[in-house]
Amino acid sequence: MVRQVPIAGVGMTPFGKSPERTARELFGDAASEAIADAGIEPAAVEEVFYGNFMGEFAEGQGHQGPMAAEAAGVTAPATRFDSACASSGAAVRFGARAVARGDADVALVGGAERMTNLSTADGTSALAAAADALWEVRAGVTFPGAYSLMANRYFHEYGGGREELAHVAVKNHENAVENELAQFQRSIEVEDVLEAPTVCSPFGLYDCSPMSDGASAAVLVSEEYAEEHGLETPVAITGTGQGSDGLALHDRASMVETPAARRAGERAFADAGIEPADVDVAEVHDCFTIAEVLALESLGFYEPGEGLAAAREGETTADGELPVNLSGGLKAKGHPVGATGCAQISEMTKLLRGDHVNSDAVADAEVGVTHNAGGTVASCVVTVLEVMG
Amino acid sequence: MSEKARDAGYDDFLDAVEDGEPYYLEGSEGDGWLPPRSVDPNTGGELSEEPLPEVGELESYTVTQVASPAFVDDAPFVVGVASFGPVGATGMVVGVDPDDVEIGMAVELGVERTETTDDRVLAFHPR
Repeated sequence: MVRQVPIAGVGMTPFGKSPERTARELFGDAASEAIADAGIEPAAVEEVFYGNFMGEFAEGQGHQGPMAAEAAGVTAPATRFDSACASSGAAVRFGARAVARGDADVALVGGAERMTNLSTADGTSALAAAADALWEVRAGVTFPGAYSLMANRYFHEYGGGREELAHVAVKNHENAVENELAQFQRSIEVEDVLEAPTVCSPFGLYDCSPMSDGASAAVLVSEEYAEEHGLETPVAITGTGQGSDGLALHDRASMVETPAARRAGERAFADAGIEPADVDVAEVHDCFTIAEVLALESLGFYEPGEGLAAAREGETTADGELPVNLSGGLKAKGHPVGATGCAQISEMTKLLRGDHVNSDAVADAEVGVTHNAGGTVASCVVTVLEVMG
Repeated sequence: MSEKARDAGYDDFLDAVEDGEPYYLEGSEGDGWLPPRSVDPNTGGELSEEPLPEVGELESYTVTQVASPAFVDDAPFVVGVASFGPVGATGMVVGVDPDDVEIGMAVELGVERTETTDDRVLAFHPR
């Protein structure tokens, strides 16, 4: 980046089921926590960048940018970002760029989603809108269905099967056990995953992230503002990257690669001046178990076909060489889609500054990466966070 | 009460499949696409209409148990992605036991009606 962007504060509601709570209320809580954590007043915020995906469908509320600002007690200009499940990742990226460019000294970024007020069937419909409505959804493709197509093709090309994927779910549940913000604070066994009811072959229920309600927020500031106001900012965003791809899986050269994530990762790493080998800890978009595998390969941590065994081999567990999804990931922390990208930022910030329940697993970590994907990775935002020297 | 509007490109393509004359849009580098498109998504260049190969190859599939409301009465059903020469398409795999579906199998395009809504759906018939 032109300049690193200090993270002055983060906030996040517990993720889970609160069907009666509106997105505005959820975001108000997360934003207030982030603003308090930053040690600033709401009036200091100069611009709001907010992610939300299914507001019209879930609660008949579009135009959520100004709604988010109002909920946060902020009168600054506000814009909603929709990149499906990467909505708040995009919001964070544009907020960080605004600060890096000098357009704003203080940006409030984040997102919210209310989902569990919908039935499973309606929620399935709402999520499917991230796919190609003409050519995929009308053929019966659901969101789990689309990732199932990728998983079955992956097995066909590289071998492996459900058991390796089950280890991804087991790992992420284990990481969430002590995380009070997580939707599922319980461990599971490989057998639990394999014996769960089928959603779409090869996925059972435990291969899929849940429907969740929740919000996340962060306050990004310029280095000058932090210094002038004596803010403590131990962690900064040092690189961001974004990639796009065709909406429909069938239009891609390969169903087992996610070039939008590869491009986003390459741009973010170049932006920060780092290599994949420099990364100490990662939060990746495991909306389905196969998605974590594809993320690890796209970011250059593993060669194509070799990411599947990472969790089973203990390489990405809390005590592994590269801990992945110490928050519990989308699988166990929960996945209120519009909140997920900034929640990754919130959790990673805490992991790096030492006040996350799982910080001890990465006590010496200096570089963290977040990977936030939309649809079948037709959108992807990768963000590099570093401990400030 | 207004009648539901057609989706140009999509409904035209299904009509063409039903008429036995499916087509695709080809870019200057040989990539193929389904309509509607004004330009090649990869190059921004012009597209020409070409006849779609009759036989495709199934690239992947999944048996869906938990369906969206528009497909609840169809579940369980098989959805697949198939390549017809340079063109990829997504369709419901019909006329075969789900246990007998395999990646790599030859399929032909067709148009069926869904159980749930009686809407048209692009279908793959094993050859």
